[in-house]
Amino acid sequence: MLRAVLPIVTVLGFALLAYPGEAASITTLKSLKLDVPTSDTMFPAGPESDAINNNCLACHSADHVLNQPSLSREAWQEVVNKMITAYKAPVSPDDAKAIVDYLVRTKGTS
Amino acid sequence: MRDHDVQPSMLTRRGVLGGMGIASLALLSAPASAQETVDLDVPGGPSMRMVTTSYPQKGRMILQRSSPPWLETPFEVFDQGVFTPNNQHYVSWHWANFPADIDVDSFRLNVRGQVNQILSLSLKDVLHGLPRVDIAAVNQCAGNSRIYAVPRVAGAQWADGSMSNAIWTGVRLKDVLDRAGVKAGAVQVRFGGLDDPAMEGAPKFLKSLTIDHARDREVMIAFAMNGEQLPLLNGFPLRLVVPGWCGVYWVKMLNDIEVLDHPDTNYWTATGYRVPDTPYNTVKPGETGFKMVPVTRNAPRSFITNIGNGDSVPAATPALARGIAFGGDCGVARVDLSIDGGKSWQPAQLGADHGTYGFRQWQTQFTLPAGGAHTLMVRCTNTKNVAQPGFRIWNPAGYMFNTIETTHVVAAKG
Repeated sequence: MLRAVLPIVTVLGFALLAYPGEAASITTLKSLKLDVPTSDTMFPAGPESDAINNNCLACHSADHVLNQPSLSREAWQEVVNKMITAYKAPVSPDDAKAIVDYLVRTKGTS
Repeated sequence: MRDHDVQPSMLTRRGVLGGMGIASLALLSAPASAQETVDLDVPGGPSMRMVTTSYPQKGRMILQRSSPPWLETPFEVFDQGVFTPNNQHYVSWHWANFPADIDVDSFRLNVRGQVNQILSLSLKDVLHGLPRVDIAAVNQCAGNSRIYAVPRVAGAQWADGSMSNAIWTGVRLKDVLDRAGVKAGAVQVRFGGLDDPAMEGAPKFLKSLTIDHARDREVMIAFAMNGEQLPLLNGFPLRLVVPGWCGVYWVKMLNDIEVLDHPDTNYWTATGYRVPDTPYNTVKPGETGFKMVPVTRNAPRSFITNIGNGDSVPAATPALARGIAFGGDCGVARVDLSIDGGKSWQPAQLGADHGTYGFRQWQTQFTLPAGGAHTLMVRCTNTKNVAQPGFRIWNPAGYMFNTIETTHVVAAKG
C-alpha cells in the first residue's frame, strides 16, 4: 500500500471541515423504521463445529470469533468461561470442552 | 440454542452478504467477490476485513462483527476534518436485541429511584422543556487499537477507528435530575437503554456514574450529533454523553435513569471493563497481584492522518505531516513530531479549538535528511501535562492503549 506524500508546496493549510459543528437548531425528531443486517454464516465445518454453531450464534455472529487472533488453549478456555459465567450462555460442560477444542484447532497458537 | 427469531425480512441478500467472513468470499460469484476489503496491517492476523455499506444510515464502514454490530470508522476519515460524519461514526453494541423501529411520539425517558418526583419525559419534553447545550466530544471505545496489543488479546479487534468526534446537542443530565429532585443519600445514577440481552438471566447493559459526576453540568443527554438526529445505530433517539470518558458510559437509546442510594452491583459497572490499577494501566503479560479498577477517563492520543505505514516521502524536501489529537479528559496542550524515532521532537501547529474534549487538528513541516527508511512519531501532551508514553501499554483486556504512534516511511530522492 504505497502512497507518495506530496511535497509541502502542494498541500497548504489545515484541511477544512465538512461539518460546521454549529449549534443544532433541530426542533423535532423523526420516527425510524429500519432493517439492521444480521448474519446466517456458520462456522467452517469440522470436528466440533456443531457445538460452536449450536451454542455461540444466539448472541453473536460467527465473524466475532473468526476475526479474533490465534490464542492459547488457556486463553480460549477463559473466553468460553466468560461467556458462560458473565454472559449466562447456557452451555453444557461437554459442549464447552468441544467449543474450546474447536477454537484451539482452528485458532490456536501452537 | 441458535437464535431462530430473526425476522425473515432481515434475511435479505444484502444483510446476509454483510455477515459473511472473508473466508467465505472465495465461494461467492463474481459480483460479491468484488467486495471491498481493508488490510488492518496486524502481525499474526487476521488482518483483512470487509468494508460494508449495508447498515442503515451508515456509509463505508469496516465490518468487525455483523451482529451485534461492531462497525469501525475507516482511518482515512480522520484526515478529512475533526468532526466525524454521522454516517461514519463508529458503532458498537453489546447485545443484538435493540429495536430498529422507534416511534418518537410514544418514546419515554424515565427517571426513577431516589427522587422526589418520578419523571416520564416525552421527546418533546426533552427537546423543548429544558435548556439546550452543545459540546464537541470524542466518543472512544475503551478497546480502541486492541488489535495492535502485543501479545494479542481477545475482544473486539478494533484498529484505530473505534473513536469518532461530534458536536453533541442535548440537555444537561443535571437539569433532568434537578427536575426529578434527587433525594439525600443518592450515591450513583444508573443508565439503561432499549437494548436487552439475548439470553435469559444475562446482564442487561447498564452503566453508572457517581451522583457528583452525573451533576457536573457536562454530562448530557444528546438528541443530535452534528446538527442532525442520531443514527439508529449510534443510539437514536437519546444517548448519554460523558465528555472525556470512555464510550462504554455513553449509553445508547437511553430510556431509563435510576438514582441509586447504594453502589451499583450490576455486571457492567461492578465487574466488566476493568484495567490494572497501575500507571498507564499497564502490566507485563503474565504478571499478577495487581488490583483491577474500572475504565473511566480517556487518555491523550494523536495520529498522523496524511501519511501511512510504508508511504514514500521525498528526501531533502519539505513535506507536510498532518493529523488529529485529543487530550482525553482535558484539552490538547501541544503535539510534537519526531522524524528520528523519538530522539528529538519538533512542535506542531495546532488547528482551531472546537472544544476541550474534541479532536484537534495539527500540522507541521518536516524534511527527511536522506533517502532510506525513517520512523515518524507523534505525541500529544494534554492540558494536565500528561503526555503519551513511549513504551508499549499492555493489559489483559486490551483497554486504554495510548502509546505514541509510529509510522514507518521511506524517503525517496526526487
